Amino acid sequence: MSAMQSPQTLAEKVWNAHVVRRGEGEGEARQPDLIYIDLHLLHEVTSPQAFEGLRLAGRPLRRPDLTIATEDHNTPTLDIDKPIADLTSRTQIHTLRDNCKEFGVRLHSLGDKEQGIVHVVGPQLGLTQPGMTVVCGDSHTSTHGAFGALAFGIGTSEVEHVMATQSLSLKPFKTMAINVEGTLKPGVTAKDIILAVIAKIGTGGGQGYVLEYRGSAIRSLSMDARMTICNMSIEAGARAGMIAPDETTFEYVKGRPHAPEGEDWDAAVADWKQLHTDEGARFDAEVFLNADELEPFVTWGTNPGQGVSLSENVPTPEDFEDENDRKACERALTYMGLEGGTPMKDIRVDTVFLGSCTNSRMEDLRAAAQVIKGKEKDPNVRMIVVPGSARVRLEAEAEGLDQIFKDFGAEWRFAGCSMCLGMNPDQLAEGERCASTSNRNFEGRQGKGGRTHLVSPLVAAATAIRGTLSSPSDLVNAPVSV
Amino acid sequence: MEKIVSHTGIGVPLRQSNVDTDQIIPAVYLKRITRTGFEDALFAGWRRDENFILNQEPFNTGSVLVAGPDFGTGSSREHAVWALKDYGFKAVISSRFADIFRGNSGKQGLVAAEVAQSDIELIWKELENNPGTTVTVDLESRTVHCGSISAPFQIDDYTRWRLMEGLDDIGLTLQHEEDITAYEAKRPAHKPRTLPARTAG
Repeated sequence: MSAMQSPQTLAEKVWNAHVVRRGEGEGEARQPDLIYIDLHLLHEVTSPQAFEGLRLAGRPLRRPDLTIATEDHNTPTLDIDKPIADLTSRTQIHTLRDNCKEFGVRLHSLGDKEQGIVHVVGPQLGLTQPGMTVVCGDSHTSTHGAFGALAFGIGTSEVEHVMATQSLSLKPFKTMAINVEGTLKPGVTAKDIILAVIAKIGTGGGQGYVLEYRGSAIRSLSMDARMTICNMSIEAGARAGMIAPDETTFEYVKGRPHAPEGEDWDAAVADWKQLHTDEGARFDAEVFLNADELEPFVTWGTNPGQGVSLSENVPTPEDFEDENDRKACERALTYMGLEGGTPMKDIRVDTVFLGSCTNSRMEDLRAAAQVIKGKEKDPNVRMIVVPGSARVRLEAEAEGLDQIFKDFGAEWRFAGCSMCLGMNPDQLAEGERCASTSNRNFEGRQGKGGRTHLVSPLVAAATAIRGTLSSPSDLVNAPVSV
Repeated sequence: MEKIVSHTGIGVPLRQSNVDTDQIIPAVYLKRITRTGFEDALFAGWRRDENFILNQEPFNTGSVLVAGPDFGTGSSREHAVWALKDYGFKAVISSRFADIFRGNSGKQGLVAAEVAQSDIELIWKELENNPGTTVTVDLESRTVHCGSISAPFQIDDYTRWRLMEGLDDIGLTLQHEEDITAYEAKRPAHKPRTLPARTAG
């Protein structure tokens, strides 16, 4: 790399710093680059077949010291001190424990203070830092891009590849700038930004791209909020999402268990300050969004691109020009049990789920608690609150948030993926309708026949009070600012 | 991985966009720790409907799935590819694939052939009008054939080469182990390590 290098985007800088071996050839025919991986996160669901592959080939795990595992997807959020009731699930968890022991991988098991959703645990321990490459057998690995890391989900074959080689063969991604300028209105949050972005570019709009979120609205967000945004990049089809690190990032990382210290800290920050898109660098695509105009955003359909502002109505198939979109709308309305033209705010829910790697951090819990404090829950609604990690749970309890949720009538659970993915005991019943702070509203995602509306923590909280999809501004005596 | 140069089999028209991996294999089937035996899990939710295409003859014996745009979106679960393969599919045709699904397919010898939506519409009509018509996916010429229809498809050169040669990725990478070791030697000292474990106490 020369001093006269042409301007680069953030994603290109991180990529170029991790090239072990450049692919041969030029243009379309160029072979993939071999990219070094700084951190490999593991969980019980996508790792067993990879460990088995290593064992069968007699290969060692190359860098246990760059690998960490936690139990999250297939774990219960109640009675965690008892043996897991479902035998297949128990076997999967025990397989992870055995594999980690055999290959020398650090594991935070159920009951451990550092256990939790893998994408909450990495940042919390200070293992996620700017400029790193982070992978995990989970598509929401994009979460870690909030730190200016290049972080993306991989399949089990690639998990095995990283275990054996600490690298991946990859074709360079294209880059897309998502510019969000302006100031969010009270009650509008990071979740609303990302849902609006997905509705704008579609579930395939980001395909082949790394998204870089930029602009004044992004800069003003906390790390928890930035993680919410980067988390859902995959829902726009993008492999990864990134935000350039700044003082907010450094402040978050500093002092965490695995943050650099002393001279290492100074060297790290000096490196991290270079991690921004250069003046004059070119993106392959650009999208613009005005933060001033955004309202709370919710989904009505069965993919995350099927969303509208909360003040709007459920669309009708005739609203769509494209035939595939029209059919998708028809099918989604049938599955969701909705009629086109219904005001979103008239939709009554059975359940409110506050949790998932999208919205289960301290800031999310605080925001929801502030809305419900001293209010009464709609008696027909059940509300489940699932902190993203055991550490978040402890911190929330130290602040008294658990008591606010319990007084309100919500269930206060142990950490895990919970109702986000219909795998562990927390699931929707057939036809049950849920306002969920998670990331996917696919058919059956939260349980066979379950119906999901993706919402922000603030909308989740207000909905639990009113029983219909609502924002805090719909509440009588609404707080002036939340 | 088995070599695959060309495949011919009964085409299955799946007129649907945004077929996400939760539909291809619902999460409850991800509890297993094996890499095979997922055929019963494929489209488990939809297969409960007797009108679903895979519940109809001769489509139930199909091996080339022809789907709408944005196939394989959502979760990174490679189980989606395993389930398609275990059921008997050798190729999926769509006008747009999700990145991770496409990557997983390439690793497992399932051909993900990107065909223009206008050609897919023609193939759908052919397969619906003449159930049991075969579709040929030919990697050598990067073309799909169905009845009188011939359409080009896109697949990146590297994946095509690996599929045709049946190459194992890890083996290929380990040929460059010296480069990896050399890279490791110059990584900045401030990069974090998971071991020894540090916690907040």
